[in-house]
Amino acid sequence: MRRVKAEILNTRKLGDYHSVTLVAPEIAERARPGQFIAVGMPPGRAFLLRRHFSIHQASRRGGWAGTLEFVFDPRGVGTEWLAEARAHQFLDVIGPLGKGFAYPSRLTNCLLISEGHGAATILFLAQELRSRGRRVDMVLGAETGERVFKPIEGKRLSQTIAIATEDGSMGERGTAADLLPEVAETTGTQVIYAAGRRATLRKIAEFCAERRIPAQMAVEEQMGCGMGQCFTCVVPVTRKDGSGYDNLRACTDGPVFNAARILWGRWMGDEPPLLPTPPEGFPVVRSWPG
Amino acid sequence: MAGVKPRMAVDLNGVAFPLPILAASGCLGTGREPGLVDLHRIGGVVTRSLTLTPTKGSPTPRMAETPSGLLSWVGLQNPGVEEFVDLDLPRLAKAGVPVVASVAGTSLEEYLRVASSLQGRPGIVALEVYLGAPDDERGRGEPFSARPDRVHEVVGAVARMSRIPVFVKLPALGNLVEMARTCVRAGAHGLTLIDGVPGLAVDAERLRPRLAAPVGVLSGPAIKPIALAAVFQVARALPDLPIMGVGGVSKGEDAVEFLLAGAWAVQVGTAMLVNPAAPFEIAQGVLAYLKGKGIAEPADLRGRLRVERGPTVREGVL
Repeated sequence: MRRVKAEILNTRKLGDYHSVTLVAPEIAERARPGQFIAVGMPPGRAFLLRRHFSIHQASRRGGWAGTLEFVFDPRGVGTEWLAEARAHQFLDVIGPLGKGFAYPSRLTNCLLISEGHGAATILFLAQELRSRGRRVDMVLGAETGERVFKPIEGKRLSQTIAIATEDGSMGERGTAADLLPEVAETTGTQVIYAAGRRATLRKIAEFCAERRIPAQMAVEEQMGCGMGQCFTCVVPVTRKDGSGYDNLRACTDGPVFNAARILWGRWMGDEPPLLPTPPEGFPVVRSWPG
Repeated sequence: MAGVKPRMAVDLNGVAFPLPILAASGCLGTGREPGLVDLHRIGGVVTRSLTLTPTKGSPTPRMAETPSGLLSWVGLQNPGVEEFVDLDLPRLAKAGVPVVASVAGTSLEEYLRVASSLQGRPGIVALEVYLGAPDDERGRGEPFSARPDRVHEVVGAVARMSRIPVFVKLPALGNLVEMARTCVRAGAHGLTLIDGVPGLAVDAERLRPRLAAPVGVLSGPAIKPIALAAVFQVARALPDLPIMGVGGVSKGEDAVEFLLAGAWAVQVGTAMLVNPAAPFEIAQGVLAYLKGKGIAEPADLRGRLRVERGPTVREGVL
């Protein structure tokens, strides 16, 4: 973990998303797919907390050596400010943070699934898996075609690629999870990696549990500091010995977790009833208006 | 006077810190992974509140950013006092940083058992009693701090048993000055003012509160004036009582304001989550202020706020 003043090399608009490339060799050298950075917001403004972004690209060699790219969806005060940032401006960056994806030692056929700009971390992973001689197949999902992140890059990095959009404007109509069974079947998937919203991740995890496919997932949870101090970004994860579960911090113990060990129902609250259970003897109206 | 290097150490009636700036409870975990925080350049560490057994805490979401503030409710997640004493405390003690152990509980017995597990441990210079947890015995889900009789019971029991000085962290609610007097009568060595302010954030789109809790506590610059008023009013009523000021301190000037309002030392919370070097930078800011004004030590700032009119405000208007 390093804290640096990083100069912005360039900024780009990619569909609905923004991408920022930084000069941050101290971070880029150590970054692994799945890890993230914490970007400081301008002082003296009403939004205080650092914003956290997964690392999309970290170049160690070549003409881009020492650079780091991250992607975001400008939908809140902090990311809107960041979308206005320009080249040569400096950002206060801490990283790399969290634990990245683990690579399979024996298995070769990897299926990478992402939703929206979750693809940023997945494309970085695809590169690393390919350089380790693994087969990579990909499923990208998003609400609209504009929100499918770098489909051409995805195609370049994978053996096969399937795309799903909710409005059907690119690829199949549906979600990434809908395409999963078929793709997993045809590509002989042995390992699954995923990034996206937790409802989608849960569906993927249920599929993986059913087919007994090992899966690793980069989760999203509301983060305060990103450095393990505030304990706000926790995910309930069962212990290895099965003796119970712990609320582990997505920032330091994750954001990548073994999908089979996440207690999805507990994590997602499974829509708790609006009212507490009525006390005994209280007349319960089963259906209303009757 | 000018040109003399000010002495930064502070003494809270026997509880000494090398710098007047401490890490507030909950913002440096239990000291296990200080990360980018340099423990050698900090006045002291107040731990995350400790319970008797490991506590898992609340469901998520546990936090939401609000204008100039952080709304959060973690629900006391901590490894338990035993693991803290075995694993984390030795590391903090080795770094030589004074430790203030925050004591929490949901029953009088738990407070006593946690406080007694912390007695005679090297490194711990004080206890800080956190009263924001729900009182399972008598409170019907209300925190201990809501009832003066319970505050008196808990603080009294801990203070009678403890050989280490006991601070009490109070929220700026109800008649604060009266509550402060209650704590002193019960045997408190000093106070930490203030605990977070209760707050609610609403997601109108989904018709849901933004925290699972759903009411959390607000911290950060948004609560600084509330905290300053609390410190000011209590310091005025009880000038000999050591007070640690906490709430929205992020710059050297903020800390100076607290010292002028009557604090003996200052804790930094939310700012540390953003800037791990905040406590040291704030201490540097205080030092620069003291040098500029030719003041010898932070204690000389205490209560130096010039108030033109007498105490016209009703006491305990909070």
